[in-house]
Amino acid sequence: MSTPVIQTAGIGKRYRRGLQASSGLLRDSIARAFRSPLSLFRRANQETFWALKDVSLEVGQGEVLGLIGRNGSGKTTLLKILSRITQPTSGWAEIHGRVGSLLEVGTGFHPELTGRENTYLSGAILGMSKGEITRKFDEIVAFAELEKFIDTPVKHYSSGMYVRLAFAVAAHLEPEILLVDEVLAVGDINFQKKCLGKMGDVARAGRTVVLVSHQLNQIRRLSHRVVWVDAGQIRQSGPTAEVVSAYEAAMSAGDRSTASRANGAAQKARFVHWEIAAPQGKSPHTLQTMGPFNVRFLLEAQTPIRHAHHGIALYNAERQLLWCHGADESDLVPGLHEVVYEFPALPLRPGMYSWLLTLWDESGEVDRWEGVPDMLVDTESYQHPRDEWSGVLNIPVVLNVNARSEPSSSEQLSPTSATAADRASARETGVKKG
Amino acid sequence: MVTSNPTVAAPLGSSASGAFTVRIAPPRGWFALHLRELWDYRGLLYFFVWRDVKVRYKQTAIGILWVVLQPLLTMLVATLFFGRLAKMSSNGLPYSVFCFAGVVPWTYFSTSLLNVTNVVVENQRVITKVYFPRLILPVSAALSGLVDFSIGFVVLFIYTLVFGIHPTFAILFIPLFLLLAILTVLGVGLWLSALNALYRDVRYLIPFLIQFWTLASPVYYSSQLVPQRYRWLYGLNPMAGVIDGFRWALTGRGPAPGSILIASVAMVLVAVLGGLAFFNYMEGSIADRV
Repeated sequence: MSTPVIQTAGIGKRYRRGLQASSGLLRDSIARAFRSPLSLFRRANQETFWALKDVSLEVGQGEVLGLIGRNGSGKTTLLKILSRITQPTSGWAEIHGRVGSLLEVGTGFHPELTGRENTYLSGAILGMSKGEITRKFDEIVAFAELEKFIDTPVKHYSSGMYVRLAFAVAAHLEPEILLVDEVLAVGDINFQKKCLGKMGDVARAGRTVVLVSHQLNQIRRLSHRVVWVDAGQIRQSGPTAEVVSAYEAAMSAGDRSTASRANGAAQKARFVHWEIAAPQGKSPHTLQTMGPFNVRFLLEAQTPIRHAHHGIALYNAERQLLWCHGADESDLVPGLHEVVYEFPALPLRPGMYSWLLTLWDESGEVDRWEGVPDMLVDTESYQHPRDEWSGVLNIPVVLNVNARSEPSSSEQLSPTSATAADRASARETGVKKG
Repeated sequence: MVTSNPTVAAPLGSSASGAFTVRIAPPRGWFALHLRELWDYRGLLYFFVWRDVKVRYKQTAIGILWVVLQPLLTMLVATLFFGRLAKMSSNGLPYSVFCFAGVVPWTYFSTSLLNVTNVVVENQRVITKVYFPRLILPVSAALSGLVDFSIGFVVLFIYTLVFGIHPTFAILFIPLFLLLAILTVLGVGLWLSALNALYRDVRYLIPFLIQFWTLASPVYYSSQLVPQRYRWLYGLNPMAGVIDGFRWALTGRGPAPGSILIASVAMVLVAVLGGLAFFNYMEGSIADRV
């Protein structure tokens, strides 16, 4: 390996449980101090947990390192420590070079400001100098394809336009070391591809990249080496193909490590796995059909559960609830249960989606599981090419415009009654069908 | 070639490999100020101030008019009740000039204190997503209030001229009193903004604090009312020194500030140093808490 530009030794991060939740009122703290003045100095009885423990790794010059692991495994915490957003509790890290971190798209954007103003603001926050932004300004605007709207306040942008501008700014950041968290999970697939291309350029230019992602395809495409973080520790590290396959195998095997469980107490039952059961595609977590399909969830019950009812919900990458369903009460015997949903179709625009499963019994919530990994919808896009007209659904409509014999009704079907969007998508659909 | 063209907002200097090294380790010590780093991030400080000013003038429809009206109306009402009806003494100045010269720095102080208190909480998204010295935020909030202040000052200056009060050499001291006002805002604001990130109810204390503080400052009455031997005690309120000094520097009338100013300067220094230490101590965990 070439000379390490990032080196960490025994990095650990301890959080006090409920740090944010603990009342958070000055009033209460003062009242507590009056009741028992010593409590101010007593910290020992507070429950702590290690979000990250004893992580040692090296990243070489020009290397692209992928970090994978389920939600809450500590990979984002690690990235935040390397970005200096949060400080480690133990261990140390050394970074040689200028660091840029992209932990979200649109860091520092202000809705009242125009696209131009936000480009400067966000660029400065991400670490560019004013001169650097001015030099790259035209390139950024062209990359975002927003020449016409650059002096419009971004509060009037569609979410697609917003993301494009935000990403264009970020993509033109040229640090020696780039730390990226999941940001590519937004926007339409075409723009994502463009961004991936740009990221590939970054990597080829000899810069070092540390990338966190749930999208294993992305990790496969970009990373030279992968570190799998599980329950705050490095579980496996090595060549991309090897580690990603091991991770996938563990995921499909319904491997929900005990440490990442939300409540440490023994659970009565929990969801352990999800997959697209039929039709089978290149991956059990990728939806490639516009037609009917089945989704299978596995539920593991430790004890008999009376009056179990469960909920299922589907969210998009912006955490917008798309669909939700509550299932009736039933009694569950201990053991593994298969829960299968038959969908006639799910015409969603291509992108990342996530399942949320809950299980309840008489006494309350038994389990709440964010289906891991996310579901990738990888169907052909029938979207309007302009983002401000792209919606949630992806419907391969067929449009017929027929001349009717009566002159009066044909006037009603004149171009003014069909919107620009209709015509454009008709054209696009036509091209694809043809 | 390390120093040839340092990038402004980028802390890490040139691109020569190994030219810049950051060591990340658990925080230790209360007072490890990184002034050098703060200077490296001055470009970002400029952008934060620029953003605050832009957004403020975009959001209020009447913009500058509001900045002028706010102190002007306060002054008019105070002149009516305190000047005309209560006939309060005003260091030999027309009461309206006396009062206006107190309201302008006071308005800067009270609005800036509120902004500094809220700045960490309002920027929590940025704080949890990107690193920069957090101290930049309160400093930017204290500085962005200077634009409103400048506008108010111009109106005030014209107003004093209209009353035939011409500036004397004392006006040269105005920047010093302004600096004292900025440091007062920071000295108090650094504590409050860090506390505000920890405790959600701090922001509700601020209006009360400001109301209380207005009464304890020589905005509407003269500090000459305070008996001589208690002046130093009165001066422990740093805004007493700021307002007295500002009024004297602008009009050249009344006694030059003495024991009050000395006490105020001492108090501000203590508050700023304490505030820096406290903010610095909390800085590491702010991203974990907001």
